Amino acid sequence: MSRRLLTGYLLAAALVAAAPRLFDAYQVDVLNSVGLYVLLALSLNLILGDAGLFNMGHAAFYAVGAYVAAVLNTRLGVPILWAMPVSGLLAAAFGLLVARPVVHLRGDYLLVVTIGLGEIVRIALVNDVLGLTGGANGIFGIARPVIFGQKIRRPEEFLYLIWGFVALTVFLFHRLEQSRFGRALTYLREDPVAAEGSGIDTARYRLMAFALGAAWAGMTGAIYAAKMTIISPESFSFWESVLVFLMVILGGSGSIPGVMLGAAIVVLMPEVFRDLATARMLVFGLVMMVMMVVRPQGLLPWRAPRFRRADAARAEASR
Amino acid sequence: MSALLELRQVTKIFGGLTAVDDVGFDVEAGQVVGLIGPNGAGKTTTFNLITGNHRPTRGTIRFDGQPITALLTNRIVRLGVARTFQNIRLFQQLTALENVLAGRHCRTSAGLLAALLRSPGQRREERAAVERSLAELAFVGLEGRALELARNLPYGDQRRLEIARALAAEPRLLILDEPAGGMNEQETDQLVGLIGRIRERGVTVLLIEHDMSLVMRACDRIVVLEYGKKIAEGTPEAIQRDPRVIEAYLGTEAT
Repeated sequence: MSRRLLTGYLLAAALVAAAPRLFDAYQVDVLNSVGLYVLLALSLNLILGDAGLFNMGHAAFYAVGAYVAAVLNTRLGVPILWAMPVSGLLAAAFGLLVARPVVHLRGDYLLVVTIGLGEIVRIALVNDVLGLTGGANGIFGIARPVIFGQKIRRPEEFLYLIWGFVALTVFLFHRLEQSRFGRALTYLREDPVAAEGSGIDTARYRLMAFALGAAWAGMTGAIYAAKMTIISPESFSFWESVLVFLMVILGGSGSIPGVMLGAAIVVLMPEVFRDLATARMLVFGLVMMVMMVVRPQGLLPWRAPRFRRADAARAEASR
Repeated sequence: MSALLELRQVTKIFGGLTAVDDVGFDVEAGQVVGLIGPNGAGKTTTFNLITGNHRPTRGTIRFDGQPITALLTNRIVRLGVARTFQNIRLFQQLTALENVLAGRHCRTSAGLLAALLRSPGQRREERAAVERSLAELAFVGLEGRALELARNLPYGDQRRLEIARALAAEPRLLILDEPAGGMNEQETDQLVGLIGRIRERGVTVLLIEHDMSLVMRACDRIVVLEYGKKIAEGTPEAIQRDPRVIEAYLGTEAT
């Protein structure tokens, strides 16, 4: 990892760690919201940024994770953090199931299909699917998470839970980026025909990208359920999918620090312009438009170089 | 003893167009075989049928005795058939090394979990893959260019990088689609040498080429297509004298 990137991460970590002293409870809660969207953007980035698969129904996986955790917690009394891996697994399974028949579709067609998927999931939740989801009212009374006997309740407590998971995610996803698996996704994005022709099972990697992205969105959903204690279908609307899509494209598709920045900006900008009242969404929209014209590659399109001079020299020497 | 690659009555129809019409030929192990013919004769379509990019409408293709007609491209590569493309298809935004590593993919196995845990086995495999890829780059004459982006390489180097990527997959049959396309005379001479060294490695080569000086120098046998049909097959000397081939290339005088 480059020194500059590491410095950036450490500064961000320091800011988050000091946030409860610097900011009021409302602002800390906004930071929690940023953290959740960072997780969603990173998970979508695997699908959209790394593998190049246009998915505008990401909220569906987020919803599956949140509802699985909520149902397990309220019906069976499973502690919410124990439910989190189950949320991830079931969201991944759901991702595999729905992506299987459509994943071979080209960019724009896949986009339309995933929009449909997102809507189907939302409407199914509204209609109280399986009699478990509580219809339009959703599920309430989700228990607070407990870590080592410590109940997580206040915003600053959630801050550490959410951003701790962000840190773990960033660490793991950078490892993924620098691996055979990560390279396969890159080849797939750059040129699927050449990737297949080089011996890469492109169908399999498309599905893996979907499954992994869905799993992470699902786990994020579980944290969201724990934080809100109430979840309802309106939290997983089409607009959520659009926002997360925007974060990835705006920040820099395929770049881990880029999509994190994208998530922060998309969440924070309406907060910063709060004084403009209803005009703030206008400003927000305008900034988006200008951004895409002036900087179509995203704010921070930086990707970690996979190999450096030293790596090549070392390998050359041992050859 | 059957041939390494066998095509039997292979036909491909696109809509109303018969691009490949009842073509059959063998490629014996250890040989360099050229596939020639005028533009639109069905050469690249034949390659696409062999590598699984298209399915034949009729006929069978066997590699090492095994039918590969219904297999996916990546399975065929894994069996030992690697290719380059007529209109270079490198990963332009990636380095030369990363491009060659794409070829190593099917000969390595580290999965998702190994990547996340970065196990000793995964590290060892990565190191070996990088070393092998650098060796392939050196083999095609691109040593020292490993970290350059593919799109920044000159045209001839990009062609050779594609060959390195294909070789990294450890093929037994290497399929080259117009490898000398866009190369100058000197580069073409080097390419003839490279094809010779590939053959010395025990890799069988099947190539499409318009540059007749290359075909005549590099190939043991030549198959000629015209309008999707095979019109001749034989040694370079025999092909040069074949009246049907001369007719196909030069046309007949109107009488």
